Amino acid sequence: MKRKILALSLLISAFLLVFNSSTFASEQEEDKTSFIMHHVKDSHEWHLVTLGHTHVTLPLPVIVYSGDRGLEFFKSSDFQNHETHAFGEEYGHEGYFIDEHDHLGRADGAGFVEFSITKNVVMLFIVLIVVAWLALSAASFYKKNGAIAPRGAAAIIEPIVIFVRDDIAKESIGPQYKRFVPYLITLFLFVWFGNLLGLIPGAANMTGNIAVTLVLATLTFIITNVNGNKDYWKHVFMTPGVPPLMLLIIVPVEIIGLFTKPFALMVRLFVAITAGHIVILGFIALAFIFESYTIGIASTLMVTFINLIELLVATIQAYVFTLFSAMYIGSAVAEHAHADH
Amino acid sequence: MDLITPGTGLIFWQLFGFLGLLFILIKFAWKPMLAALDERESSINNALKAAETARNEMANLKAENEKLLADARLERDTILKKAQDVSVKMIDDAKNEAIKAGALMIENAKAVIETEKKAALADVKNQVAELSLDITEKLLRKNLSDDKSQKDLVDGFIKELKLN
Repeated sequence: MKRKILALSLLISAFLLVFNSSTFASEQEEDKTSFIMHHVKDSHEWHLVTLGHTHVTLPLPVIVYSGDRGLEFFKSSDFQNHETHAFGEEYGHEGYFIDEHDHLGRADGAGFVEFSITKNVVMLFIVLIVVAWLALSAASFYKKNGAIAPRGAAAIIEPIVIFVRDDIAKESIGPQYKRFVPYLITLFLFVWFGNLLGLIPGAANMTGNIAVTLVLATLTFIITNVNGNKDYWKHVFMTPGVPPLMLLIIVPVEIIGLFTKPFALMVRLFVAITAGHIVILGFIALAFIFESYTIGIASTLMVTFINLIELLVATIQAYVFTLFSAMYIGSAVAEHAHADH
Repeated sequence: MDLITPGTGLIFWQLFGFLGLLFILIKFAWKPMLAALDERESSINNALKAAETARNEMANLKAENEKLLADARLERDTILKKAQDVSVKMIDDAKNEAIKAGALMIENAKAVIETEKKAALADVKNQVAELSLDITEKLLRKNLSDDKSQKDLVDGFIKELKLN
């Protein structure tokens, strides 16, 4: 049944694409798909819905620190046209402006640091609250009931905790796994719930933002290298079994390798989640490009299907991020890191 | 806000938000939870081990009981067999004794009868001898007088004998 629906929707979309190709070359094509990149990127406001010409948005705080003016707080709605809700240099406010690409700028060009509560920061807070609430209510269950069979939040969190502890940490790190289990569980839950909540229509693409994945990958990088033992560093700087001359090549490669691992972590999560959002929005955009009901139905079926895949991707990416973090940590604390190469 | 340029604001909030989450969860969630899980796992393991030992003990007990039962049965059988043997022997002995006693009694009786017979015969012999002597004496006395009286005497004696 599922296969039939999928095949049918693919067929319909391909068929209608050919027949409606004349409408494809629309002048306003840019406008019809611009919402995709707008959604995928971070923003100073949370645009919820547009009803006719009314934009329903959640204005968010803009926080700026500059050496000469100190810490300043604004609202994102201070920087936009009140009719169209468009940002632009012409709608500047107290020396600052947000340009049409959603960049904060300063009119006099002086330096500043931005700490704005953007859409992704709000999303981050929501994810933090959800994860913390689930984990703390699960923990309170054990505090109240002691070591009995789990119920409620504990029944949701416990299998994840056991999975991360036994199948990720114990497998990949080895005998010293216990120290790293709390970090790995937190990482898994954060990424997983970030991915899942990001799939809710109207939510932000938080785990698909490079700043978020950068921080997570950096934390793994720091934990890995702080815990690196003698074998690990020996492997980097005096790779065993390599002739001395070759070390001139191998050592730089190994040092680059230290950084490519977390870099891969950062890019993998960012790309997987962002790509998923783009694909879903792309199918939605088809309906606006062709302005056809049939395309709308077909693309909606596709969007449903891709959404199901994204649920899977959300879990897989959380697993992969945690697993690779564990493996990098494992390679740093293993007693004979060179033995398994 | 570019796609591949990380924003400073988001980096800041993400870093401190995540570290805060990590700190709070390690302190208030994962430590008690992992401890509770360990405790539960060890209690389950202990319970399983205890059940295993109990099962083994039960099996041992059962085996012991069976052994005891078998021993008891064996002992009962030997006791019964012994008793049977004893009773058979006792009956045999009794029979033999009875036979022996009977034989002895018969022997004794025979001896007594023989003695009695001999005594009786001796008695008869004595009496016959006495009678003959008496007769002889009386005959002799009458012979001395006449033949008739002799004859009368003998007849008289015979009559006497018949009466006896």
